Amino acid sequence: MINNNKILETINMIEAENLDIRTITMGISLLDCADSDIDKSCEKIYQKVTTKAKDLVKVGVDISKEYGIPIINKRISVTPISILHSVSKGDPVKYAHALQRCADTLGIDFIGGYSALVQKGYSGSDEEFIKSIPRALKETSNVCSSVNIGSTRAGINMNAVKLMGEVIVEAAKITKDNNCLGAAKLVVFCNAVEDNPFMAGAFHGVGEADTVIHVGVSGPGVVCSAVRSADKNLPINEIADIIKKMSFKITRMGQLVGQEASKRLNVPFGIVDLSLAPTPAIGDSVAYILEAMGLDECGGPGTTACLALLNDAVKKGGVTASSSVGGLSGAFIPVSEDAGMISAARSGCLTLEKLEAMTAVCSVGLDMIVVSKDTTATTISGIIADEAAIGMVNSKTTAVRIIPAFGKNDDEDLDFGGLLGISPIMKVNNTSCATLINRGGNIPAPLQSLKN
Amino acid sequence: MRAVISVVGKDQVGILAKVANKCLEFDVNIEDVSQTILQDMFTMIMIVKWTTSQEDFVAFSEHMQNYGKEYNLSIHVMHEDIFNAMHLI
Repeated sequence: MINNNKILETINMIEAENLDIRTITMGISLLDCADSDIDKSCEKIYQKVTTKAKDLVKVGVDISKEYGIPIINKRISVTPISILHSVSKGDPVKYAHALQRCADTLGIDFIGGYSALVQKGYSGSDEEFIKSIPRALKETSNVCSSVNIGSTRAGINMNAVKLMGEVIVEAAKITKDNNCLGAAKLVVFCNAVEDNPFMAGAFHGVGEADTVIHVGVSGPGVVCSAVRSADKNLPINEIADIIKKMSFKITRMGQLVGQEASKRLNVPFGIVDLSLAPTPAIGDSVAYILEAMGLDECGGPGTTACLALLNDAVKKGGVTASSSVGGLSGAFIPVSEDAGMISAARSGCLTLEKLEAMTAVCSVGLDMIVVSKDTTATTISGIIADEAAIGMVNSKTTAVRIIPAFGKNDDEDLDFGGLLGISPIMKVNNTSCATLINRGGNIPAPLQSLKN
Repeated sequence: MRAVISVVGKDQVGILAKVANKCLEFDVNIEDVSQTILQDMFTMIMIVKWTTSQEDFVAFSEHMQNYGKEYNLSIHVMHEDIFNAMHLI
């Protein structure tokens, strides 16, 4: 049996250090819901999702109470809807409403998969579908959207990069009365993963089984307090060991919850995503971990090195603790969702350019970044292209979730509330890249793609 | 199944009795108890065995948490598997 110190350590992690299971996400394939009649297709989606996931929330709540571990969100990811829309045609927003209806019936927090995969080019009605995203996000509240515009194997679809700049601006503009929330529910990916349980980028890949359960664990607070309590003179490799141990424990918990949920829902267990996902709560910050390693403030020199170590140590600690690690696994650096990042962005220590460098070594990319309403669509496309290039060349997932703050002056904050947090408006280098973006075409796949 | 009841709070008369009585009320068998007092803070870990349904366990867990609040005690009832998963290989 476990000794009392270990018991108290676990309870302290949950009570004082915000350890939680961020999400139980059920991935559901909708390929068998495709129909040439869009209304029939929507109805099939509603029937399938509400049948497969009917107990998802209840099981999540039960496990949470029984094991005493908070499970913050219950979510669903579905097959990219653009595939179904290519079959049915018609107004794609009908699909968004069908997904919203599922979310309302089930009482889940988010449903992701209003997505398109266009890394090498548009197929079917992809372009029309992508143009519908702003309206879909405005007219629904729990639906999330993502578009994959590049990959190491395919290169970058610059036509889609151009379009996504416009779509992001439009999504923010038409939801300006609701804190531009549309753009906060939309992610642009390079090398999107098919088993990601985290929003807004979750979708159920076509290579996945019919229904699976993924678990996303979190715990920046736990790692932070372990690093903080370490001696200031400890060599940095020993800090890496401390992080690995914590990551191992957190992942074991995720594995347990995932297996239990899988058993109770009678759905195969997919993966544990062991991401350090910060929340605006005090102490639940990735930036604070970097600062605890020895930085005065996140964003200064040394930040990228610390983040690289953190991201790697989290994975090394986690992989042996779970039968199947997947998703995005690593450290997230969303600005508005992280108390330390928010304050570093406010003080000017953390800039967009530094964040871009950090995304080369963390698990995703430029996340929850608020920029001026005057930022042009082509500038946003340029930021997406830069970020996608980092992902493409380094064979890693990168993403952009950027929010032009319509209805706000440049000295104001954009406050989303809840898990999405609050952010000052960050400075953008507005030197025009319009000529590049307007060229269109594809950035050819890099040499790394020729691995066969 | 076995569960761990942890009780942390300012020391006061009858904590052990209160928790033990609740265990009796809910038909929970106490298998092991250890307690310490550090600088006026009372800490108790109880290992209990549970034989009735999962729903009853959840009800017991919620009841104990609220019961603890009445006396300024932090009481948690958690399935033992969570500790085994985290700390045993």
